[in-house]
Amino acid sequence: MKSRREFIRISALGLGGFALAGGAGMALRTALKNGMPEAAGLTPDLTRTPTYCEVCFWRCAGWVYKDSEGKLWKITGNDDDPLCHGRLCPRGTGGVGMYYDEDRLRTPLMRTVENGKQTYREASWEEALDYIARRLKEIAAEHGPECIALFTHGSGGEYFSTLLQAMGSTSVAAPSYSQCRGPREVAFITTYGQGLESPEITDIRDTRCLVLIGSHLGENMHNTQVQEMSDALEKGATIITVDPRFSVVAGKSKYWLPIKPATDLALLLAWTHVIIAEELYDKEYVERHTYGFEQLRAHVRNFTPEWAYGITTIEPVTIRRTAREMAAASPAVIIHPGRHVTWYGDDTQRLRAVAILNALLGSWGRRGGFFMPDRVQVPHYPRPPFPEPARTWREAFPERYPLADLALASGICEASIPGATPECNFKAWIVNGTNLLMTLPDQEQTKEALRSLDLVVVVDTMPAEITGWADVVLPECTYLERYDIIRNSPARNPNIALRAPATEPLHNTKPAYWMAKELAIRMGFGDYFAWESIEEMLDWQFKELGTSLEEMMRTGVKNYPRNFDDLYFADGQDIEFYTNTGKIELWSTSMEAAGFDPLPVYTPHEEPPEGYYRLNYGRAPMHTFARTANNPNLADLMEENDLWVNPVIARMWGLNTGDYVRLRNQDGIDSTFAIRVRVTERIRWDSVYMVHGFGHADRRLKRAYGRGINDTELMSRVHIDPIMGGTGMRGNFVTFILDDKGKEARS
Amino acid sequence: MRYAMVIDTKKCVGCSDCVVACQTENKVPIGYARDWVVEVTEGTYPHLQMEIRSERCNQCENAPCVRCCPTGSSHYSTGGIVLVKPRRCIGCGACITSCPYDARFPHPKGHVDKCTFCDHRIKEGNGPACVEVCPTKCMYFGNLDDPGSEVSKLLRQRRYKTLIPEAGTKPHLYFLT
Ligand code: SF4
Ligand code: SF4
Ligand code: SF4
Repeated sequence: MKSRREFIRISALGLGGFALAGGAGMALRTALKNGMPEAAGLTPDLTRTPTYCEVCFWRCAGWVYKDSEGKLWKITGNDDDPLCHGRLCPRGTGGVGMYYDEDRLRTPLMRTVENGKQTYREASWEEALDYIARRLKEIAAEHGPECIALFTHGSGGEYFSTLLQAMGSTSVAAPSYSQCRGPREVAFITTYGQGLESPEITDIRDTRCLVLIGSHLGENMHNTQVQEMSDALEKGATIITVDPRFSVVAGKSKYWLPIKPATDLALLLAWTHVIIAEELYDKEYVERHTYGFEQLRAHVRNFTPEWAYGITTIEPVTIRRTAREMAAASPAVIIHPGRHVTWYGDDTQRLRAVAILNALLGSWGRRGGFFMPDRVQVPHYPRPPFPEPARTWREAFPERYPLADLALASGICEASIPGATPECNFKAWIVNGTNLLMTLPDQEQTKEALRSLDLVVVVDTMPAEITGWADVVLPECTYLERYDIIRNSPARNPNIALRAPATEPLHNTKPAYWMAKELAIRMGFGDYFAWESIEEMLDWQFKELGTSLEEMMRTGVKNYPRNFDDLYFADGQDIEFYTNTGKIELWSTSMEAAGFDPLPVYTPHEEPPEGYYRLNYGRAPMHTFARTANNPNLADLMEENDLWVNPVIARMWGLNTGDYVRLRNQDGIDSTFAIRVRVTERIRWDSVYMVHGFGHADRRLKRAYGRGINDTELMSRVHIDPIMGGTGMRGNFVTFILDDKGKEARS
Repeated sequence: MRYAMVIDTKKCVGCSDCVVACQTENKVPIGYARDWVVEVTEGTYPHLQMEIRSERCNQCENAPCVRCCPTGSSHYSTGGIVLVKPRRCIGCGACITSCPYDARFPHPKGHVDKCTFCDHRIKEGNGPACVEVCPTKCMYFGNLDDPGSEVSKLLRQRRYKTLIPEAGTKPHLYFLT
């Protein structure tokens, strides 16, 4: 079975009969032909259907409008939604493009061999589902159900996760943990006994000082936070931004600290030093709520701003001044924990330093700092209990990453390569809504895993790198064409939102809940999906929550009062934290017990070799993950990523804005495509920057194919966080290959 | 009544939500836009300053595009909004050339198109789509002749500028700086 799967371009089939050629005009005509609403007389809002957005993970609630011809027209925010307050972000507003994208997957595909070559053929749902169910049963019987893993991002996770757990596997992984926010969760759980959740519990609305360290809020369009940051700015809050790049928010900040990349922990320790040395911390709070202050004081004694200056290039006077500014605002201050925090492999330690600083300033549980969230308990539709799994996901990486509290996508990927961990070797993957090849670093490892597996099922709305590796591709309809689970986000007040289909699914596509249920029935697990229709299930859940599907169709969102009036800690209140000591652990007992530094220790990171520049990457407000580059509306706002280069470096290499270059990383890996240079003062000399999610190699993505560079393919050096398995991805260096200069991106 | 838009460059994050909201609201074909975002950075690293502006038709009080339109298609409407009557427009492009702000484009259907201040929404008591979508709430819309309107108040309280004032077009698009 080994090495029998290869990557197939789905376009090789010419499915749907689209020609490959054709410029922008062609794409436009195609879009119009395929039902893009005609520019014309605008009609009053005719019908609207409630939804919550699925373009990113924030899941803002909105309304989908149709025009007088019954075609999807626009999506706007729901005014009652505490996440978006009636205003979606550009991705959410451009969500219509997901529906109108003419490159969508249209029908189930099955891998087959024709004339000795692997290819896909179209299949019926019956055939595809029968095949998957039979193979999963065989694999479970032979190797145990634990060897079946699910990678998921988004709403479909719920249904496939139920299927897996019914089979007896707990290996459900989301790249959002080990590739994104995991280190931060572990850092805050070890410090406060509680994570930060999603959306984060940052009380930006009322803050007086917001410190962003490696977080370009606004470019990463985390809707509620951007809205609240804007409100805070208007009320005169101070923003302190630490970023080697002059980010958009750096341009709005009172202080911009242009730090040398990879040295953030030194700055955090120096701030801690100043706050303790100058006795600026919240003494009562520290006394009442924290554990290990004296050890911390001793630990940071030598981490002076002068010490940090040599490392970070931030002047001591600036370090002192910003520390004092934070203290002056305390407790209405937020050292923002950030989101994509997997950088250098010591990320849990860096985020521990963030957690500690917040504790010293008394911001946790205080107005303008971090609030205590509340959420609705949504009951499960009645179903049998799940069987005890024989092995859990932890056994995929025994004795490693002891503090990981969720399955690691990268860990499961590694454990799918035979030989790595023979006692727990994965044989089958279901991949739903995550383009793993552009999400997990170290593409070669991902490909090796994909080649080794016995079965790969990919569920998605669009062709992507990952779909080309599937044995079976199941085309999902977009969020605008389906019901989904009840949205239940942590927030200041408990709230729920409904997603209902605004229109029938296009082509031969189906919702994920239907696929999971059909598979479950075929495998003998139908009891876990005992509802007749999803409407029935939702209505049952809504009734348990004191509403109904009918009411939610009219309101979209329902807000509840808090169960307890504890948004913030009361003065003088004693709090029991869910840590070993019951206190906020400045000195972490669980880190110590697991054999790690109980206080964060600064370790230097590698510097770029001569002629190489650190590869920094980030987000743009109009795109998200590697999944939106082909969306016609969003591609129209930004169709490729640019490579930011400082003018000094550009002169050295003879580069001008608009030139196209390819990149080579420190391990000799070249980018597949070329990227357009943008010469700008907004970046340091030692690094280059690009937005993540471009450089798609699947020709079937007609707008996105070959546009820009895929940063992930240049990440061959991955610094794994030993504490929780996060994959640090900022330790790669690139140089320019100039042969393509002047050529267009597509090859 | 004089409608105006006031945009706070201190709050705008350049996300382009205003652009995509306009495109979907007004069914602007892909590849064209009635509004756009401009970023201007000055200085050398690390001494930098940046301004981000969401731009569109300035709804000029003294509009060259209206003056030079040979068919009367470009005209002033309620509240001083400059509009194009698509049926009357012959697509000659005189207005496109005369607009100092490059705010107009030839619509594939043959007429010239540009920002309408979403007059169809204003009539129903709503704000323009771009204003209502903006996540940073940095855009304001209202009547300059009403001293109590948000736009009037902001222009009294804050420093502001208009674009290319030397063109003498008297824009109704103000940027708080
Ligand atoms: S932040 Fe934007 S993309 Fe994310 S859920 Fe909200 S509207 Fe959608
Ligand atoms: S939507 Fe608002 S914040 Fe975004 S670019 Fe437009 S004006 Fe700026
Ligand atoms: S006012 Fe309306 S037409 Fe003008 S830019 Fe804004 S959304 Fe577009």
